[in-house]
Amino acid sequence: MLGIVGTVPDLQFPLTHGSVRLVDGCLQIKDRDLPVNRGTPALLAAAVKASEWLDSPQIHAFLVGDIGKGDGSRELYQFLTQHLSEFHFEVLTFHYLQPDVDWHNRVLFAIETMEPRPILIADAGFMYAAKMSGQAPCYDFFTPDVGELAFLADESAPHPFYTRGFILHEDNKVPDLIQRAYRYGNAAKYLLVKGQPDYIATEKQIAATVDHPCYDAMEAIGGTGDTLTGLLTVLCGAGFKPVEAAVLAAMTNRWTGHYADHNPATQIGDLIDKIPQALTAVLAQSFPNRSPPKS
Amino acid sequence: MGPPPEIQSGCDLVIEFPLIEELNILRELRHAHISPLAVVPVTAPLLAPVDLFHTKDFGDYLMVRAANMKITVAKNSLKIVNISGGGCPDVPFLAQEMVGKTLAEAPRPRDLGHTLCGYALDLAYEELCRKC
Repeated sequence: MLGIVGTVPDLQFPLTHGSVRLVDGCLQIKDRDLPVNRGTPALLAAAVKASEWLDSPQIHAFLVGDIGKGDGSRELYQFLTQHLSEFHFEVLTFHYLQPDVDWHNRVLFAIETMEPRPILIADAGFMYAAKMSGQAPCYDFFTPDVGELAFLADESAPHPFYTRGFILHEDNKVPDLIQRAYRYGNAAKYLLVKGQPDYIATEKQIAATVDHPCYDAMEAIGGTGDTLTGLLTVLCGAGFKPVEAAVLAAMTNRWTGHYADHNPATQIGDLIDKIPQALTAVLAQSFPNRSPPKS
Repeated sequence: MGPPPEIQSGCDLVIEFPLIEELNILRELRHAHISPLAVVPVTAPLLAPVDLFHTKDFGDYLMVRAANMKITVAKNSLKIVNISGGGCPDVPFLAQEMVGKTLAEAPRPRDLGHTLCGYALDLAYEELCRKC
């Protein structure tokens, strides 16, 4: 099973966990429908779409309503600390949650009780908390965009909002920021940096870059980072090695833009619809003479 | 301003004031129903909010990024077509409330947001208003 943890922008949405399906463009979890938009629902929709196509493990989501006050996130954190040890996940991905160092640390303790330990991916608010806690190296993947990478590279910033100007400046090159993030222990084992190009890095090296197809406008589309993290989750769970999974996720995400004939006003649902087409093309290109690994 | 490391807990904002004014300030905050998490003396400089903006022109569309938040409008209608980036849970909510509306019609992120990502989006929104 693949676990995905996050929030939905609806205060009435109670803490809910269970397997997720995508029916007529709408997410279904337990008896609830969830519109696909940016944020965790976009990540989930991308993951479900890719998982169905790859016939990979089922997606199990942990969701709660939160519009920024943090109450929902804290309720979910508490649930995770009490129940995570009851689950078995190949991959566990954390997403839009109110950054809270204390709760982050308690959740990380709970993860240490899981057998086997899942591949850990952190994005969005949970990645902010992971960095601030000083526990970044406990994670397998962080998936920042360039602005968030500057935050990871700034050893004194507790949130991207406080990233210092000399680090945030456009003249700073992504490889330098990656190096700086690792130097201060503020990066996961692997970084998948969303940008032009996308970088896949470890502490030792830039392991790969992905720059094709190149579409500047995708940066403007809300949710493209979320879908990338969803794809990465599924590809890690499907048995690809970390760098390979990250490269394939980045390529697939870009090709969804190509097939959706997008512009800066395109909405994320249009790109998610193209995931099967994009995955088909990318896997055929990457594995012309063999089948990709199946979970 | 941003908090010093010893009291950082997550999505934090600090109000700096002279210690001698503490009682007055706390009284004012109580009247406004804003209870501080802590009141502490600081000696080192505090972190300043981001003040660097990146603008990208897509021809028919204009995007402004402040820190980790991006907002894009159609130039001809000034309609907000997309909001991206961010990591706090009010970002999808703000996007839901703002996308599809013009800059003039849309609610201000500072009125609906609760987090630093919401604050960063408000800075990007202000910068976009200045440019359009």
